[in-house]
Amino acid sequence: MKVMRVRVEADRCQGHNRCCAIAPELFEADELGNAHAKGDGAVPPGLEAKAQLAMRNCPEHAVRITHE
Amino acid sequence: MNREKPARAPVQDWGKDFDHRDPRWIENPFPIWDELRGTCPVATSARFEDGAYFASRYADVREIAYDAEHFSSRRVIVREKKVNPVQPAPPITSDPPEHTPARKLLLPAFAPQAIARLEPRARALCRELLDAIGDRKEADAAVDYAQHIPVRLIAHMLGVPETDGDLFRRWIHLVLEVGISDESVIMPALTEMSTYFFTEIKKRGAVDKAKHGDDLISFLLGARMEGQPLSDPHLVGTLRLLLVAGIDTTWSAIGSTLWHLATHPEDRKRLVADPLLMPTAIEEFLRAYAPVTMAREVVKETTVGGCPFKEKGQVLLSFPAANRDPAMFPDADKVLIDRAENRHAAFGLGRHRCLGSNLARLEMTVAVEEWLRRFPEFRLAPGAKVTWSEGTVRGPRSIPVFTRV
Repeated sequence: MKVMRVRVEADRCQGHNRCCAIAPELFEADELGNAHAKGDGAVPPGLEAKAQLAMRNCPEHAVRITHE
Repeated sequence: MNREKPARAPVQDWGKDFDHRDPRWIENPFPIWDELRGTCPVATSARFEDGAYFASRYADVREIAYDAEHFSSRRVIVREKKVNPVQPAPPITSDPPEHTPARKLLLPAFAPQAIARLEPRARALCRELLDAIGDRKEADAAVDYAQHIPVRLIAHMLGVPETDGDLFRRWIHLVLEVGISDESVIMPALTEMSTYFFTEIKKRGAVDKAKHGDDLISFLLGARMEGQPLSDPHLVGTLRLLLVAGIDTTWSAIGSTLWHLATHPEDRKRLVADPLLMPTAIEEFLRAYAPVTMAREVVKETTVGGCPFKEKGQVLLSFPAANRDPAMFPDADKVLIDRAENRHAAFGLGRHRCLGSNLARLEMTVAVEEWLRRFPEFRLAPGAKVTWSEGTVRGPRSIPVFTRV
């Protein structure tokens, strides 16, 4: 079965903090305020829509979703 | 405080002779931007030294924001006459490579975790202001409420008296509004600000940095960039930036939101009934009423959106206009407080993303929540005259309301 994962491209993220606000279960900010995925980025069942929403609200297009 | 404004010719052609100080633009710029997007997406004007440009489409604003090679941040306000020499306020006026270390220094103090700790103070000061309004039926949501919130919170963060708010607002009015057309007021205001901060620095004792408190001035005094303390011009430039950038911007965002709710009872009722909608609504208010227009200076001739940009030209980088572009946002002209997909650019795009965005969101959210809790049925006072600021930061400066039915 394919696993949905989120990822933040570090060179694109500027710390808008939209993903962390929308999906705190999936993203967190470092001490500079830049975001990264929690753990290995795997999206638990039930949080797929939040992952999509986080991606579609990133002003810098830094949030990526993969299915592997 | 309001000086007499020099008479200026009314704009006849927004495409070739725009003026963001024109009363029609100040009152309601949205139809002008819509017209420009369809006819002349990059407007020009000879009313500003070396010529000015105004990009109205999201794609063009984004391209300029990402392009530091052709567009420098050394001047972040479009003025009739340029101020020379340039007045650095790092990192907002910094270009790469100086920009990154100057910004990195400040980021931890404005990261989400650091800002979240300010919520109790923000809530308390909103309640103090609401207590002062008390059970009066008539109040001014801008004058009695919105304008005080960011001033007091940034004063709290800087470790300066919250009662100095009038002084701060005066400097900001001179630098950001009057100074666009009358350069003679800028240097005296900047000098006053520097003197104010040098006095604050002295109070903290320049020698033993270990004794400093945890306010931002102390933090910057103890900060190191590549192993060295900040130079005086860097330190004071940054302090001036923190003061100027954090006040009328957020005051405008809170004001515009309250103005919207005062004039759209269906949205007000919906937010009162469904507080979980607040984060989405706040993002929509940020999109629709983004207060801040930045600026760039053309340092190398180029073309954006098919339009030439000549060297030395001043560029209005209008995130507010980008946010209203229907090519980017469906129903861009409608305020939809449940707009779930909202990649707005209110805090800018690229490396200069507003350092204070987490602070601004906190202040907006707390200010609106506390206001609605106290005055859930407020509305615009009948016959009220709402006035809007001029220039770089847009927001209502007076919002007469009835606090109850």
